[in-house]
Amino acid sequence: MSIQVIEETAFNLLKLAATILPPDVKEALRRAYETETSEMGKAQLEAILENVRVAEEKQLPICQDTGVISFYVRIGSDFPIRKGIYEALVRATRRATKEVPLRPNAVDPIQERNTGDNTGRHIPYVHWEIFDGDYMELIAFPKGVGSENMCKLAMLSPAHRLKGLKKFVIDTILEAGGKPCPPVIVGVAFGGGLDIAAELAKRTLLRPLDRPNPVPELAKLEEELLKAINETGIGPMGLGGRWTALRVHVDYACRHPGGYPVAVAIQCWAARRAAARINADGSVEYLTHKVG
Amino acid sequence: MDVAVYKLRTPISEEDVRRLQLGDVIYISGIMVTARDSAHRRAMEILRAGGSLPVDLRGGVLYHCGPVVKKVGEEWRVVAAGPTTSIRMEPFEAEFIKLTGVRVIVGKGGMGADTTRACKEYGAVYTVFTGGCGALAANAIKHVQRVEWLDLGVPEALWVFEVEEFGPLVVTIDAHGNNFHERISAEAERRKTQVYEMLGLK
Repeated sequence: MSIQVIEETAFNLLKLAATILPPDVKEALRRAYETETSEMGKAQLEAILENVRVAEEKQLPICQDTGVISFYVRIGSDFPIRKGIYEALVRATRRATKEVPLRPNAVDPIQERNTGDNTGRHIPYVHWEIFDGDYMELIAFPKGVGSENMCKLAMLSPAHRLKGLKKFVIDTILEAGGKPCPPVIVGVAFGGGLDIAAELAKRTLLRPLDRPNPVPELAKLEEELLKAINETGIGPMGLGGRWTALRVHVDYACRHPGGYPVAVAIQCWAARRAAARINADGSVEYLTHKVG
Repeated sequence: MDVAVYKLRTPISEEDVRRLQLGDVIYISGIMVTARDSAHRRAMEILRAGGSLPVDLRGGVLYHCGPVVKKVGEEWRVVAAGPTTSIRMEPFEAEFIKLTGVRVIVGKGGMGADTTRACKEYGAVYTVFTGGCGALAANAIKHVQRVEWLDLGVPEALWVFEVEEFGPLVVTIDAHGNNFHERISAEAERRKTQVYEMLGLK
């Protein structure tokens, strides 16, 4: 077991994420295509499915915006390697940028200069977690800016509670319109604080689309919001239709009695993610994609 | 909507774009030039000072796109090249249309009132290619003729593409002041009350 395994796995995940959508996302898009009633909306979904097919077949990036790179890393307390993991992820990012290739999307805002290799201050960004166990879980989550620019966070008044949240979600979706490349996946989180709501909203986007929310109240809220969002008629790519969102995912944290933060994370239809489990003996299992 | 399909080759005439209607589908062959955020900013500085751009856009096609490219030997190859969100270019676009004489803009997500007015006044249309379809777009790009302003970074440079039947592109702002995106937004806004009611909001 060496650090090389982590670097190699991270590289593979970046390539898989950029070129092949996870099966749950493909299935949701297919279902949307089959049931879309607007002619223009259906044509957009047809192009999307064809694009997904071509990208997978030719091993090309699905979208030219290969995103800002972030990783979610869960390390078991008994996993043999702790040292040099961040550096390995940076090396994997540089290599993926060159070899997949990915578009260089890291601009230093002080110099206003593109670093050229998708790395730089705090980029790639890594979310760390330690758990009791002997393996490591690695998720590559590259996210494009079209949908990222439409994400919103508000510190709402606790006076309105869930009603305030629902209104904020709908208003955010209406303002976004066709810009975030619908049909989108909407991640909503409330409570905690500024960072906690945003973190949880983003994290809900990692949940497979075919996995129901284990909290019944949240599952109900997800359905209710999805139905309402799709009633707006914004449709695929904002050209009209019944599929504005594929899914809504909701999470929450306990809130301060005097606060009600709500974050809405919008994910474009090209919902790219790839996950793997690295065992203590160095063997790797890919969780989102078939490999080999 | 009665959909007509047109195949256009650059340079495109004013007459060609004036006959297009909302919802029409076009395919472009010839030259397409990319420009997004920083390139628009630089182009405006040059044009306002009376200078000229390194690429003549009269009768041309402007593509809101920051491609993924790969250099093989001396040659650039396009790997993925779908459209970027057009509305970011709204502050520049009306003047850009006026000063360059561009006839077709390709992007995604729609543009605003200033661009719509400029399309009407100078004879141009705005069209959308399906967002995120980088691999499909790359298939229609046959060759990179050249690249300018590479100092802005790969996504921001002016890429001059030779394309063959690039499309389908849906006309969503015509040369007569009509904007399809505004119609969809107005319709969504109209439905807002109903959506609020579904969620138990006033």
